Amino acid sequence: MEEVKLLGFWPSNFVYRVIWALKLKGVEYDYIEEDVLSNKSELLLQYNPVYKKVPVLVHRGKPIVESCVILEYIEETWPENPLLPEDAHDKAVARFWMQFASPDRSPTFNAFFLLPTAGEEREKTIKDVLETLRTLEEQGLGDKKFFGGDSIGLVDIVHGWLASWFEIIQEMVGVKLLEPNTLPRLLAWVQNFKDAPVIKDNLPDYNELLAHMTRVWS
Amino acid sequence: MEEVKVIGFWASPYVYRVTWALNLKGVEYEYQEEDVFNKSDLLLQYNPVHKKVPVFVHGGKRIAESTVILEYIEETWPQNPLLPTDPHARAMARFWTKFGDDKKPDFFGFFKSAGEEQIKAAKEAQECLKILEEHGLEDKKFFDGDKIGMTDLSLGWLAFWLEAMEGAAGVQVLDVNSFPRLHAWIRNLKEVPVIKENHPDQTRLLAYFKWLREMYTKPATT
Repeated sequence: MEEVKLLGFWPSNFVYRVIWALKLKGVEYDYIEEDVLSNKSELLLQYNPVYKKVPVLVHRGKPIVESCVILEYIEETWPENPLLPEDAHDKAVARFWMQFASPDRSPTFNAFFLLPTAGEEREKTIKDVLETLRTLEEQGLGDKKFFGGDSIGLVDIVHGWLASWFEIIQEMVGVKLLEPNTLPRLLAWVQNFKDAPVIKDNLPDYNELLAHMTRVWS
Repeated sequence: MEEVKVIGFWASPYVYRVTWALNLKGVEYEYQEEDVFNKSDLLLQYNPVHKKVPVFVHGGKRIAESTVILEYIEETWPQNPLLPTDPHARAMARFWTKFGDDKKPDFFGFFKSAGEEQIKAAKEAQECLKILEEHGLEDKKFFDGDKIGMTDLSLGWLAFWLEAMEGAAGVQVLDVNSFPRLHAWIRNLKEVPVIKENHPDQTRLLAYFKWLREMYTKPATT
C-alpha cells in the first residue's frame, strides 16, 4: 500500500479539512503531530520550506502543502466518494464557494478575531462578518442540506471551521452571530455537519480547543 | 458551438490569465470591456458576490474568480493542456498560483506607499520574489516545466504589470542582478506568440498606474 502521511497540529482547522477528506474517502494515513508553536521539526521545515506550516500531506514520498491544494490532490488521487460535482460548471461553482470567506484569506474574519471591545470599528466589523455569512448562507448554501447537496463535499469541508472554531471565537469576543433569528440555515448546516458520521468522530474536544484558543489569543 | 464570453477590464492581469488560456487553447470568444470604476448593471448581475472582472460565460452559465475560470477552461477544452498530468506536479502548479495571489499585499505594498514605508514594502516584495525565483522557478524555463502553463499565466503580472508599477512608484524591486532567473522567464514568456500578441499597451499601463498611485498616496483631506 502506498504510504500516506499527514503532518498536523491538533487545534488547526486547516489540518482537520485534510483529515475529513481522507476519512470520507476511506484513505488510511499515518498522523504526525507537530509542535508548531514552539518546536517545528526538521521534517516540517524540509517538507514546507516556503511557509513552514501544517497541514502537509506526504504521498509517495512527495509533500503537498496548503489545505485547498491538498484537497484538490486528494480528490484527484482517490476518486471514490467524490467530494466535487462531476459537471464542470457545478464544479466551478463549488470552487468559487471554496474560495469565499476562507478564514485565512479574509481580512473581515481577522478583524473579527481581534474585535475591539467597543466603538465604531467593532460595530462595522460585526456588520461585515454578518454580511459575509449571510451571502454564504443565501447564495452559497441556499436551501440545500449541505453545500455539496445531499452529502458533504469540499465546500462543506472548507467552511467546517464554522462548526467548532467559529463558535469558540464568538464566545471569546462576546458576539453570537450563528443564531436561529440571524443565520438560521447556516446554523442548521453547522448542526448537520457536526452530526455527519465521519465529522462527528473527528472534531477536536470543544473544551480543550477553547482553552488552547483562549491561551493563544491572550 | 456554445457561446463563450469574457467580461474584462483592459488593465487587469486577472482578465489576461483567462484570455491567454483561451487563446492558447484556440477557443474563440467574445470580449466585453467593463469600466470597473463605473460598473455596469450587467457586471453586478453576473457577479453579484464580488462585483469584479473577469466574468466568464459559457453556454449562458457564468463563472467568476480567475483561478476557478482557469480550472474550468482546462477541463472543458483539454487540448494544449495548461496543467501537468502528474498529480504532484499539478499540486505544485496550484500551490505557486495560490502563493502569488495570497502574497498580493506583500508584492504590491511598495506601489501604494511612499518614503520609509515604501522602502520596507519594497524589501518585503523582494523576499517574496526571492521565494519565487529559488523555490518556484528554480532552473526551469517556465514555472510548470518546458512549456507555458497555468502558473505562468497566473504569474504573468510579473511580466508586464510589475514593470509599469515600478515605473509609476519610482522604485525597482525586480532587478536583473538579484533575479536573473525571473528575468529570463519574463523574456521567455514574452516570446510565446499568444503572449506576444496579447498584452496591455505598456505606455497606457504606465499612465494608468501613475494615476492609480496618485489616488493611493494622496494625503487625506478634511
